[in-house]
Amino acid sequence: MRQLAAIAAFATAVALLPAITSSGVVLNIAIMTLYAALLGQAWNILAGFGGQFSFGHAVFFGTGAYAAAVLQARFGWNAWAALTAALALGAGVGGFIGALSFRYGLRGSYFALVTLAFAEVFRILANNVQFTGAGVGLMIKLDPGAARFQFADKAGYLYVILAFVVVGLLVSWWLKHSRYGAWLQAVRDNEDSAAALGVNVFAVKLQAIMLSGALTAAAGVFYVQYFQYIDPSLAYGPAVSVEALLGPIIGGLGTVWGPILGAAVLHLLGEATRGLVSSLPGVNLIVYGVLLVLMIMFLPRGIIGLVKCSRP
Amino acid sequence: MLEALNLSKRFGGLAAVQDVSLSVPGGAITALIGPNGAGKTTLFNLLSGFIRPDGGSVRLEGHDITRLSPHAICRLGMTRTFQIVQPFAAQTVRENIAVGAHLHHRGRREAIAAAEDVARRVGLHAQLDKPASSLTIAGRKRLELARALATRPRLLLLDEVLAGLNPQEINEVLPVVRAIRDGGVTVLMIEHVMQAVMNLCEHVWVLSNGRLIAQGTPREIAAHPQVIEAYLGHGTAGRLLTSAHA
Repeated sequence: MRQLAAIAAFATAVALLPAITSSGVVLNIAIMTLYAALLGQAWNILAGFGGQFSFGHAVFFGTGAYAAAVLQARFGWNAWAALTAALALGAGVGGFIGALSFRYGLRGSYFALVTLAFAEVFRILANNVQFTGAGVGLMIKLDPGAARFQFADKAGYLYVILAFVVVGLLVSWWLKHSRYGAWLQAVRDNEDSAAALGVNVFAVKLQAIMLSGALTAAAGVFYVQYFQYIDPSLAYGPAVSVEALLGPIIGGLGTVWGPILGAAVLHLLGEATRGLVSSLPGVNLIVYGVLLVLMIMFLPRGIIGLVKCSRP
Repeated sequence: MLEALNLSKRFGGLAAVQDVSLSVPGGAITALIGPNGAGKTTLFNLLSGFIRPDGGSVRLEGHDITRLSPHAICRLGMTRTFQIVQPFAAQTVRENIAVGAHLHHRGRREAIAAAEDVARRVGLHAQLDKPASSLTIAGRKRLELARALATRPRLLLLDEVLAGLNPQEINEVLPVVRAIRDGGVTVLMIEHVMQAVMNLCEHVWVLSNGRLIAQGTPREIAAHPQVIEAYLGHGTAGRLLTSAHA
C-alpha cells in the first residue's frame, strides 16, 4: 500500500510541474526522462523480473513507432486507435521472438544475441520496403489536438508520457504482489526449481516478453507523436536498445522504482555534461559507459540496492 | 501409486537407465539406493518429467505421465527436490516457499500464509525473512523440502535430502520426513545415508549400472549378496561370508 501511495505522490508531483514552470527546456527534459523511464520499465519486466536479458528492445520500440506512423500516414487512422494496434503488434512481435527462442531453450547471452539480431533484421526490412518509407522515413502530419494525440504545448505530452509511466509503475508493483510476478521471479532465479514447483516456465516467459513488448511499443508510439518523424535507424537502431537497459541497470534491476531513478540520474548527468563540455558532442555517452561499468563493478543492485543496504 | 514400466534412457553410448520397472506403494517411505553413477538421479529425472525416456512409461495414480512436462506433473500431485539445492537465492525464505504455495493459492496473502504454515512444519519459521542465499546447507535442504511441500503433493521425490548434513542435522531432519509421510504424503527418496534408509524406509530398490539388481526391506537388502558386490566389488560377498563362518 505504501508503494501505491508513493506512485500517487509521484504522479501528482510530476503533473504539477507545468504549473510551476512553463520553460520548454525543463519540460522537455522531464518528458525525455519519463520516456527513457518507460523504455526502462518495459525492459525491466523481461530482464529485471524475468531474468531474460534483451539487447534488442528496439525491435518492439520500432514496431510500435512504425505501426503508429504507417497507420496514420498511409491509412489515415486516428493516433489513439493506432496506439492500440501498436500495443497489440508489440505484444505480437514479442510473442513471436519469445516463442522461437524460449521453445528452443535459449538463455543468457544467446537470447540477448537473438533479440539483437531481430532488431537488425527489422531495421534492414524497414530500410528496404516501401510502405515504411524505406530509408527516407515517415513523417506524420502536424495537427495538434488531444483527440489526435498531438499537443501544441509540452504539457500535453508530459501528461501522456506520465500516464504511460504510471501504468509501468503499476505493472511493476503488480509483479511484486501477484502470483504471476512470483512465478516470473522464480523463473529468473532458477528455471528447474520453478518447473518442479508447478510453474509453466515457457508460458511465464512468453507472457513476460509480450507484456514487455507492448509497453515498449507504447514508447515507440509516443516517440512518433512527439517528434512526428521516424526512420529505420531511429526505430530499430541499437541506441534505443541501450537506452532501455541503462536505466534499470543503474537504478536497480527488478525493482519498481529502479528504471525511473536510473533514467533520472542518466538524464540529469547527460544534461550536466552537455552543459559543461558543449564542444564535444557525444561526451555524455562516454559518461554513461563509464557509469555503467562502475555500477556493475561496485553496485550490482543499482542505486536502489544502495538505499536498501543503508536502511536495515 | 507411481509405476515405472521398462524405463530406459541412453546418453550417447552410456545406458544410464536400462529397463527399470518399479511400483511405489502409496502411504509409505521407500528408497532408491545404489553406488555413485548408478543412474538414480537420471531415474528421478525420468519420473519427474525433466528428461524424456527413450523407452518405457510412467504412470501416476493411473494417469500416463510419461511425456508430460515437470510443471504438469507437479499439478497432478507429484513433485521433487534437487540433490544440488536450487533456492531462488535473491528471494527470502518466505518468498521461496510462496512460489510453491501459489500452485493452489491465487492470492498473494493466502500463498504467504500457506508458506508460513509449511515453514513451521519443517522448522524454518525463524528464518522466514532471511534471504535464501544466507541459509546453511541444512537450512537450504529444509527449504527444498518446504517449497515442495507447499505444492501439496501426494507423492514427493527426495533426491539426497540428507547429503552434506552432519549426524546431528540428520537426526533433526529424519522426524520431519517421517511427519511428512504421517501427513499422508508418499515419499520416494534417493539416499546414501544408510542409517536413514534403515530407519525410515519400508521398501528399498537398488540400482547399479542403470539396472535394478535387488529390492526388498532394508534388512533383506543389507544382506543381499549382489548389493554387497555392487558397493564393495566382485567376490566380496563370498569373502565376507567365509570370514563370517571362520
